[in-house]
Amino acid sequence: MGKTFSTPKSFSDNYTHYCPGCTHGIVHRLVAEAIDELGIRGRTVGIAPVGCAVLAYNYFNFDFQEAAHGRAPAMATGMKRVRPDLIVFTYQGDGDLASIGMGEIIHAANRGEKFTTIFINNAIYGMTGGQMAPTTMPGQRATTAPMGRDTDQTGMPIRMANLLGELVTPGYVTRQAVLKPQQVNKTKKAIKKAFEYQVEGKCFSFVEVISTCPTNWGLTPLDSLKWAEDNLLPYYELGDYKVPE
Amino acid sequence: MQTEIKFAGFGGQGILLSAKLLAYAAMKQDFFVAWVPSYGPEMRGGTAYCTVVISDKRIGSPIIKNPSHLVAMNRPSLEKFAKDVKPGGVIFINSSLIPTRSERDDITELIVPANDIATKAGSIRAANIVALSAFAAKTKLVDLEILKNCVKEEFAAKAKIIPLNMKAFDDGVNITNNS
Amino acid sequence: MSKVLMKGNEAIGEAAIRAGCKNYFAYPITPQSEVAEYLAKRMPEVDGVFLQGESEVAVGYMIFGAAAAGERVMTTSSSPGVSLMSEAISYISAAQCPAVFVNIMRGGPGLGGILPSQGDYFQATKGGGHGDYHLLVLAPDGVQEAVEMTMKAFTLAEKYRGPVMILGDGLIGQMMEPVEFPDDLKTEPSNKDDWATSGMDTRKSNKRNLVRSLFLDPKELNANNLALKAKYEQMKKEEVLYEGYNTDTDYKVLIVSYGTMSRVCKTSIDMMKQEGIEVGLLRPKSLFPFPEEAIFKAATKESCKSVISIEMSMGQMVEDVERCIKGQKKVDFYGECGGEIPSPEKIIDVIKGLL
Repeated sequence: MGKTFSTPKSFSDNYTHYCPGCTHGIVHRLVAEAIDELGIRGRTVGIAPVGCAVLAYNYFNFDFQEAAHGRAPAMATGMKRVRPDLIVFTYQGDGDLASIGMGEIIHAANRGEKFTTIFINNAIYGMTGGQMAPTTMPGQRATTAPMGRDTDQTGMPIRMANLLGELVTPGYVTRQAVLKPQQVNKTKKAIKKAFEYQVEGKCFSFVEVISTCPTNWGLTPLDSLKWAEDNLLPYYELGDYKVPE
Repeated sequence: MQTEIKFAGFGGQGILLSAKLLAYAAMKQDFFVAWVPSYGPEMRGGTAYCTVVISDKRIGSPIIKNPSHLVAMNRPSLEKFAKDVKPGGVIFINSSLIPTRSERDDITELIVPANDIATKAGSIRAANIVALSAFAAKTKLVDLEILKNCVKEEFAAKAKIIPLNMKAFDDGVNITNNS
Repeated sequence: MSKVLMKGNEAIGEAAIRAGCKNYFAYPITPQSEVAEYLAKRMPEVDGVFLQGESEVAVGYMIFGAAAAGERVMTTSSSPGVSLMSEAISYISAAQCPAVFVNIMRGGPGLGGILPSQGDYFQATKGGGHGDYHLLVLAPDGVQEAVEMTMKAFTLAEKYRGPVMILGDGLIGQMMEPVEFPDDLKTEPSNKDDWATSGMDTRKSNKRNLVRSLFLDPKELNANNLALKAKYEQMKKEEVLYEGYNTDTDYKVLIVSYGTMSRVCKTSIDMMKQEGIEVGLLRPKSLFPFPEEAIFKAATKESCKSVISIEMSMGQMVEDVERCIKGQKKVDFYGECGGEIPSPEKIIDVIKGLL
């Protein structure tokens, strides 16, 4: 019998700096598997955000760049335009992508840049210590919203997949989650599909992944999964928001 | 020896182009040249002006307060810039649009109804070429054949309007020579 | 190639192509938008990349991405736009990627005006963004020099693996002058295998490359900054450029001036010479590295009584001039910065006031 499970070549052997119960590790692995399966490791360049995944390059085994906060889609644009043969992806969190980097992601998506964005939405700033994100839920506590998010003052959480799905430019936009094994499998399929569209040179591809942040939510890893199921999924509906023809 | 020519008129009168063609012809005769536009809000619909500097040595300051000559295509230009021209210079006055004169006796006025001549030649739009050739014939700053070729080259992509501009050029030269 | 008559902005665009740069990203801003307009037409003709970004902030990172991939790349902007790009310039400096930035300066601060200015001297030569870095800054005094410096900038950016800035002003961008594009300024792109994120397949070694500016270990960050410093020291030895004008005379006053302003000063010097007054000019062509020794030498010449820095600013380069003269001579300043370029006659009045 052959080997049925091993570390993807695109994945490094390093221990991650992520907290116990954090779902970044799962998504990293899914990205690495997709890249291995498509045989594109030698022409892939990842772009790390500012946030918890700023050190993502330590956990992958191919070329990597690090962007400033929110600017990864602009870097990916520059890179992909001058080297269309490369497979380029950005890996960004909600503070990075939906707050400071809103302009860059909207315009890259609207230009139909042929790169892939993996968007980790855990409804909070992780790296800087639990501040409110544009995706933080109404009433959800954050260090900069100690009484819970007041939507009169800060508006409602931004649904990025819905927003990008509204753009007229063709693209692949989907929202998935990694709270249960079935969801992980579906996310894997979505990530692979996103890279496939890029390999075909078809369109911009965007995979939002509903994730957890036990540390900054102040919950155990298991409670985090349940909290996300109960609070995030009803607002952030899973599914495809746009699929190219 | 350095000569400076200010071209001025309404935006859309082809001032910048006339100036460029003069600079281009001078460059072809191995002069040092600079074409310095005014840019900014006045570009939008108001008075446009531009200075050409022609010199036999490297040009220092391209910013000229007192030009040697003036080509005034409309009245505000004449009123605004006539006083700045150095004594001994030529002031071209487009008499189709300018009923007044420079009120200076230390310069030479070249009075040409450029719009009327251009209209007769086929299109009012060639008034800038009439002005250019009339002015060039008067001042002899550049070789007229070279200048005419520059005009031809400029319109190379719009072959249809070359004959119009050639005629406008000749008419401009003739009016100066016959005046 | 024979001479052509071109606007500075268009000539800068053409110079980039002639230097082998096929990638250009920019955002419109007066008075440099003609570079983008020119390259929007011209880049497709050479199978190059032209993209109008959504902001100067984004453009800065498009430059970073393209440079990190190992390709020659340029952007052009004007003062407020360069402020927005300064964030990316800091990152590009730290990550050590070659890129060319052109600043066609206009008046500031704030929206300021759209007329020529030299108000971004501090921003350009002292860093501009956050952190310990410098740009190599070249300051042309006309269209021909803008072309030559732009072409050379790509070679220098690769030699030092960092950003190079061409610091012009609105006049240089808008003015037309005859230009030639010297073929010999085009160089082969350097080999970037040991650092560029160009995809592992493009390299013989199986090593992957990282382009980054985050060094959480203080020793690592210090080492990176020391590596940058070593480059700046090397620039000071190898890249200082300047021109002396009328400096072989027994001048009583030495003017230090650059770019457009220096041309006005040259005219003033010629006019004063006819009156029997000798004035020298030292024109820095590289603003970083600054021609410190040349200015010290010119200023300490026996005949020279005083030195004056003349700028289209409220006094920026004068601080560097004072620094290199080390108190040996009196240093004055004259500048205007509303957008009107001081006339040669005005400069003569100022100089005569010093005599």
